[in-house]
Amino acid sequence: MSPRVRLGMFVVGGIGLVAILLWGVGGLPRFGSAESRYATYLNTHAVHQRHATNVVSAVVFDYRGFDTLGEEFILFAAVMGVTLLLRSQREEHDDSPRDRAEARRTADTSDAVRVGTLALIGPVWLLGLYVVAHGQLTPGGGFQGGVVLAAAPLLLFLAGRYLLVRNVHPMHALDLAEGTGAGGFTVIALLGAVIGAAVMANFIGKGQVASVFSGGTLPVFNLLVGLEVVAGVTLVLYEFMEQTLFVRGD
Amino acid sequence: MRGTLPYALAVWLFAVGLYGVVTSRNFVHMIMCLSIVQAATYVLILQVGYVRGATAPIFFDVPVGTPAVDPVVQSLVLTDVVVGVVVGALLLSLALQAHKRTGTLDPNDLRTLVG
Repeated sequence: MSPRVRLGMFVVGGIGLVAILLWGVGGLPRFGSAESRYATYLNTHAVHQRHATNVVSAVVFDYRGFDTLGEEFILFAAVMGVTLLLRSQREEHDDSPRDRAEARRTADTSDAVRVGTLALIGPVWLLGLYVVAHGQLTPGGGFQGGVVLAAAPLLLFLAGRYLLVRNVHPMHALDLAEGTGAGGFTVIALLGAVIGAAVMANFIGKGQVASVFSGGTLPVFNLLVGLEVVAGVTLVLYEFMEQTLFVRGD
Repeated sequence: MRGTLPYALAVWLFAVGLYGVVTSRNFVHMIMCLSIVQAATYVLILQVGYVRGATAPIFFDVPVGTPAVDPVVQSLVLTDVVVGVVVGALLLSLALQAHKRTGTLDPNDLRTLVG
């Protein structure tokens, strides 16, 4: 199919699709006047029932926790897919970045970038831990905090310290951390069925509202998800760095 | 019309992203366009739960009972964003391997399947 024919077909199909979508959204409630009985229930009862002031967190890890369990494994499978696709192929080999890749040689990282990024690693890590630990109180949680934490290894790579990271062979530790996150999430979810009433039941004492140790299982889930996200994202970054710098075809 | 106009933004994003996917000449560009299509779903889902004049569904410094937007749609988007990022990484690694095998990132040059 030539690009012209394809574009023509898309224009016809696209106009039809847009028309149907516009017709569909025309039937939605007026913008800004959403009224959901479920939302109203959660907003009035979640704080009292779960001792979590962040209702979004309570929905993610408690009321609709079963969905998040599924999402967890999409995340896990996608990261495993990346590592599987980027594994060393038969005809490839590791090579030092300096000897062969003449065309790709770039200037060394400047001192300003190096100092700046290294100085930022500590604060970024602290912010990430804060976001993970306060998931049940204020906006944040394991998913968001995990991504912030994964910015720290990225800064380390930016500072030109990739070889340093590579020499400690972080792969196994990262695999272990990711597995612990996903596995731990499942174990806590199933413990809900054993100790509490059902899978994902909130079976831990719920603590004082608006304190760090509140919300029962919510902080535990946030911690495990944070672990999985930080390990998963770092693993993906590591694989791409490896491909760019070391893996060479013949 | 005024009540539904904001929803048209999601429709527009969806269509623009699809146009990019169809006319793309580079896999990296195509993956970006796909993430724009996905962004359209975030926008629509968040819009459905929006309540005019309401606050975020977080009652840390406002009392329970303050009008707040729908927390369910927000949690849907939250997990979606992270999953979207790693699926993007998965697609990029596919593009990388395609480039290694064939030396090109242009989908038009990959018309014939090599066994």
